[in-house]
Amino acid sequence: MAREYTTTRDIVGPLLLVEKVADVTYGELVELEFPDGTRSLGNVLEVNRDVALIQAFGGTRGANPAQTKVKFLGRSLELGVSRDMLGRVFDGLGRPRDGGPEIIPDERRSIYGDPINPTARDFPDDFIQTGISGIDGLNPLVRGQKLPIFSGSGLPHNQLAAQIARQAAVLARSDDAGKAGEKLEGEFAVVFAAMGITFEDADFFASEFRKTAAIERAVLFLNLADDPAVERIATPRMALTAAEYLAYTCDMHVLVILTDMTYYCEALREVSAARKEVPGRRGYPGYLYTDLATIYERAGRVKGRKGSITQVPILSMPDDDKTHPIPDLTGYITEGQIILDRPLHRSGVYPPMAVLPSLSRLKQKGIGPGKTREDHADLSNQLFGAYARGIQAKELAVILGEAALSDTDKAFVAFADAFEDRFIRQGEHEERSVERTLEIGWELAALLPRAELKRIKDTFVEKYLAADAGSGQ
Amino acid sequence: MERGTIVKVAGPLVVAEGLASSKMFDLVRVGDEGLMGEIIEMRGDRASIQVYEETEGLGPGDPVEGTGAPLSVELGPGMLGAVYDGVQRPLDVLEAQAGSFLKRGVTAPGLDREKRWEFVPVVAAGAQVSAGDIIGTVQENEVIEHRVMVPPTLAGEIASIAGGNYTVTDAVATLKLADGSSRDLMMLQTWPVRVPRPYARKVSADEPLVTGTRVIDTFFPLVKGGVACIPGPFGAGKTVTQHQVAKWSNAQVVIFIGCGERGNEMTDVLMEFPELTDPYSGQPLMKRTVLVANTSNMPVAAREASVYTGITMAEYFRDMGYEVVLQADSTSRWAEAMREISGRLEEMPGEEGFPAYLGTKLAAFYERAGKVQCLSSDAGADGVGRGATRTAESEEASAARPVREDSDEGPDGAASAPRMGSVSVVGSVSPPGGDLSEPVVQNTLRVVKVFWALQDTLAYERHFPAIDWLTSYSLYLEKLRPHWDADVSPEYRARRDECMAILQRESELAEIVRLVGLEALSAEEQILMETAKSIREDFLQQNAFRDDDQFSSPMEQDRLLKTILLFHAKAIEAQGAGVTLKAIFAAPVRERIARAKYLTVDDLAVHDEIDSEIETQLVAGGKEV
Repeated sequence: MAREYTTTRDIVGPLLLVEKVADVTYGELVELEFPDGTRSLGNVLEVNRDVALIQAFGGTRGANPAQTKVKFLGRSLELGVSRDMLGRVFDGLGRPRDGGPEIIPDERRSIYGDPINPTARDFPDDFIQTGISGIDGLNPLVRGQKLPIFSGSGLPHNQLAAQIARQAAVLARSDDAGKAGEKLEGEFAVVFAAMGITFEDADFFASEFRKTAAIERAVLFLNLADDPAVERIATPRMALTAAEYLAYTCDMHVLVILTDMTYYCEALREVSAARKEVPGRRGYPGYLYTDLATIYERAGRVKGRKGSITQVPILSMPDDDKTHPIPDLTGYITEGQIILDRPLHRSGVYPPMAVLPSLSRLKQKGIGPGKTREDHADLSNQLFGAYARGIQAKELAVILGEAALSDTDKAFVAFADAFEDRFIRQGEHEERSVERTLEIGWELAALLPRAELKRIKDTFVEKYLAADAGSGQ
Repeated sequence: MERGTIVKVAGPLVVAEGLASSKMFDLVRVGDEGLMGEIIEMRGDRASIQVYEETEGLGPGDPVEGTGAPLSVELGPGMLGAVYDGVQRPLDVLEAQAGSFLKRGVTAPGLDREKRWEFVPVVAAGAQVSAGDIIGTVQENEVIEHRVMVPPTLAGEIASIAGGNYTVTDAVATLKLADGSSRDLMMLQTWPVRVPRPYARKVSADEPLVTGTRVIDTFFPLVKGGVACIPGPFGAGKTVTQHQVAKWSNAQVVIFIGCGERGNEMTDVLMEFPELTDPYSGQPLMKRTVLVANTSNMPVAAREASVYTGITMAEYFRDMGYEVVLQADSTSRWAEAMREISGRLEEMPGEEGFPAYLGTKLAAFYERAGKVQCLSSDAGADGVGRGATRTAESEEASAARPVREDSDEGPDGAASAPRMGSVSVVGSVSPPGGDLSEPVVQNTLRVVKVFWALQDTLAYERHFPAIDWLTSYSLYLEKLRPHWDADVSPEYRARRDECMAILQRESELAEIVRLVGLEALSAEEQILMETAKSIREDFLQQNAFRDDDQFSSPMEQDRLLKTILLFHAKAIEAQGAGVTLKAIFAAPVRERIARAKYLTVDDLAVHDEIDSEIETQLVAGGKEV
């Protein structure tokens, strides 16, 4: 039952205030037609008696109060979902952008989804091999986790995200504690949502996916920098609705990449400012945490269903400031973070992962015998600790001079350098199996005095130190 | 029931007309689906309602029905082991009804209406009872005996009472009131969540709440009935610290509120607690735990209510005479929920957009903690009358918890002692950017007595628990002194203070070391630096995931301190006698000190052995050098 009005009173930024409406509900989808014939979608943010406040996803350029037609569609913003979405490119509101035909939907779903009942969640504890040592070895990604990449302008987060998307794979369970399982093919899908990134960045992702045929198992939702900003508020939800369908209906393991969350939050702030809401920190609305949570918490596993949703949101920290509200609130919701580091990038290390402040909260659950290898946890602790000590020793050397270091400290400095060079650094198209990552880890551990390998069980040292380090050289 | 009509919908806030006879904080049913809501503002017959479910699809003209009653929780057998959302809907029942995702309008009562419990009366017909008196018991599970009480508003004579198997809504007794009318008493009571449950009197809390976490128990201890806050940036380990307290504290009942936090964390608790064993009862931890889970993506108004739901349950167990620990993770999310609702009400904001009443609400919440003498007929002048029944109870209760050390826990005490109970509150705070000057932290610090400051820098160094020993504090130290002297050792406090002084001195010396190097310090100062390092690594650091390290009793903690300080004293002595620092620091016994934290009380002999090794190695070994 569509009802059309031309009773717009005010237009403020992306918002329209429409009077004398009837039977309008909160969240209802609206179609707007401006005097020049352009059409755009919007939804109801607030309804007060016969006055409705509408946010226009396409912005309000060309709108005027007297002639703008406002049509209430009697449903909320929905996405038609189907398995045929794989391999397709959509715009930020889920309309085909690749020139292909419309999707014939299996069903239409509200993009806001429903929260997973906490008792129905299954704990994420299956390792995802990304083929990147810095992640797999030290801060492993686990199926159903949400692990953001905190980056800054000019850092290669796109390359890293594309590499994760290309290489991510689930491993089969292994009966041998000393061996990781085989890669399982064909269970993975990638849902990619771009909010406010440039054409060039989006094109980079699209062509990366195309080059490796990963596009066949990918769904892309693109809202580019010159697309309407308010539309961005819907884009990640579109992507997650598609992901939920693929995961829980089609039994796929879905990796969702959301980039760049900073632009998403700015769009939210724009709408909030236009509504004259009381701002929280730095002008962002007070409900930013809750709003972000309704996106990030859609990652997870559900008991009794085969599929899972793993999220890798990317956000660029303004001025590399981790305490800025967007990375800060994100860090409080997500299960860890991968932080990219400018000095490391400057010294030419790709991927420039700042190992020490990065964290995967679920790592204990995703590694170990059967999942990866029995020595993984110990080795990862040891590498982490040794690298931290090496960095500390380096700082000391800056103040007191290298001569002031003990032999052990010198060994740790050498380790830290080698660690950055051989473990962290890898090619953009280099895919390392988790076994290879651990092997490199052992080669590096061999640089340290045997007595310093305190965090590793002796049996593992005996079993792997010689064997792995030897074979690697 | 009064019916009104929606005139405005803005997110979780709905305004409705025609509710003139409803009252503030009344529960209402909104829309055709009957979504739960609560009146939070009234102007004439227009009521502003915060709705506990998604409001999408509601519009002007939709009905609102008043219930005439405030938002309440159901209290009775069946709460332990349950998982509720912020307004006490049992999540497992919702899952069974509506599947893996939370759908709107699905609801279920907080307590199972079908389940039968074996009720054992402890008073006989004809007994005079007043509010809070225990009329019977239900062995809810192996750990907790549920004590069925006269509701706080009633008193009279028991007209009839009979044991047997009842559901929570069956009448188990009939009470003849003073005005001659009679009332059926059932096991289920309801209580409005925003009203503190009454007690006879509040008393000063002075018993230690042992958590088994060394930095907490020794340096910044909490008492039963005390309040603590854990602020810290993300990744510093707030949740792990909360879980540690929930798992190992010597409270009898634990209420864990996941308020606006991660769904997977609640899942972790849900999967882990049934597996973990309560060190005191030997039963799964879940049997003494109630979970209130309102994760960050669940409706924000229900998050606001969740802390009240949790603390009302805590008070109910307190009223039975139990010691309860309530954990709220995180109160910042609760404050944010208040801010969001306040913003929608277009209230004039205080600091950082938080409502001006933030401080009042936080203080009022924390004030519901405390140790109390429970409401009962003998809470007045004479403590006689019902002693006999309670002796019987005490035997049962203590038989259920053979390992618990402390003796005076409410009814388990002497027959004539009044029933005591306590609620301790541990709230975590998630300050934006780790900035402790923000309003939620500051308002919390005004009311809490214990402050466990988590530092992300410590966490990066993998120093866990990342509780900063220099900025944290506990104002309960003096109160605990008699207990420490009597139950642990008379030197415990002095040892603790000495260690604190060493750590403090270390932080001052660290500045110098950073500028000019360790060699610039005197020998004694260098020994102090080593001892401080030993305190940090061998005492403060504790691995929550290692079986032999996650719990350390006060006796073990004291013993460990003694060993560390002995080494310190002997090292200074040996240095004075001419032993080189290198030889002192290379003493093989230090390896054993580092492992001493994995020892248990049964290994006291090993401690003595280490002590004597310290003596011999630092003196005899020194002479050789």
